[in-house]
Amino acid sequence: MPHDHEDGSHLDPMAARVMALETILVEKGLVDPAALDAIVELYETEIGPRNGARVVARAWSDAGFAAWLARDATAAIASLGYGGRQGEHMRAVFNAPGEHNLVVCTLCSCYPLPVLGLPPVWYKSPAYRSRAVIDPRGVLAEFGLTLDPATRIRVWDSTAELRYLVVPMRPAGSEALDEVALAALVTRDAMIGTGLPLALDGRS
Amino acid sequence: MGFGPVAPEAGEPVFHAPWEGRALGLNLSAGAMGHWSIDEVRHARESLHPADYYASSYYAIWIKALEALLLRHGFVTEGELAAGRMLEPGTAPKRVLTAADVAGMLGRGSPYGRGPTAPARFAPGDRVRTMVMHPRGHTRLPRYARGKVGCVEAVNGVHVFPDANAHGQGEAPQWLYTVVFEAVELWGPDGDPGGRVSIDAWETYLERA
Repeated sequence: MPHDHEDGSHLDPMAARVMALETILVEKGLVDPAALDAIVELYETEIGPRNGARVVARAWSDAGFAAWLARDATAAIASLGYGGRQGEHMRAVFNAPGEHNLVVCTLCSCYPLPVLGLPPVWYKSPAYRSRAVIDPRGVLAEFGLTLDPATRIRVWDSTAELRYLVVPMRPAGSEALDEVALAALVTRDAMIGTGLPLALDGRS
Repeated sequence: MGFGPVAPEAGEPVFHAPWEGRALGLNLSAGAMGHWSIDEVRHARESLHPADYYASSYYAIWIKALEALLLRHGFVTEGELAAGRMLEPGTAPKRVLTAADVAGMLGRGSPYGRGPTAPARFAPGDRVRTMVMHPRGHTRLPRYARGKVGCVEAVNGVHVFPDANAHGQGEAPQWLYTVVFEAVELWGPDGDPGGRVSIDAWETYLERA
């Protein structure tokens, strides 16, 4: 992405503040603007939730991979080419009948970047961070997800450097689908626990 | 309750304005100079005045904390931040991230596991109580989970200890455990029936219950 330095006549205060800081750091030789471009481009084009969807689809298709993912998620995910910053220590948690997993970081906004990309604003919001641990059912309802009252919810608060990926249950009727078609059913929110995979008719 | 409902945004863009991407890039590039740890960064962010913190968007918090780190480590001056340009030389960086290094830097990450120097005190199935503490500095033991009894579910190896590392006291690595609590232990009768919440807790956050 180009610098998008506008003419300054209609910059909001944060845009102006960030531009000024970049100017200072570039003048001092501390940052390379081309490195900033490369970071933005990678997170806009390559490091995103389609990576995690591929991991989930492989787990649905290959019981051996699912077992590896349960045992050593970092290595299993690395075998598909994903890892690094904020995914150094991965753990996959598996939904099951009667068991639903939900991931939050109450202390900041820790998120498994290599498999899910940058977090959405709501994940970083005080509302989600404070309420996911005390009122998970109420939070899920705000995403339009109402679980069976008998389903137990397990909330994972990412307080250290472990990063959690929810592996949702494979949708009913998807037995004939290949991995590419399965991955298309895996939404970002299903891998955080605030959603479920798409049904075969394309609805959540 | 509290901060109100969560508001998911349909079709949310990766960045809501170009400056957010620059803010991310500046944080990662400045971090790659190698003068502070992720723990010092997190402490800088949570050290913003609470009114400022809650009124600031995510990347605004990142920029305000980055300015504080750059000032603390002598890379910029208040005068430069006010002027918006370089006025004097500052600390020399250990290294400068180039565009060619970006993919490698992100792909390598920074593993936080360290070799054990003592056996783990706790094992899966042990009942533990979290410490009641209110340190002046950084900690990763959430307030809602202090003084609570839970069960050790997993032993996750030895990890850098943020409470020390955030303050330049070295990595002081400790055993790290996943500890799970019943919701009623944390929240009493207001907890989700049958619900459970886990945290990842360093060994000195825990005592045997």
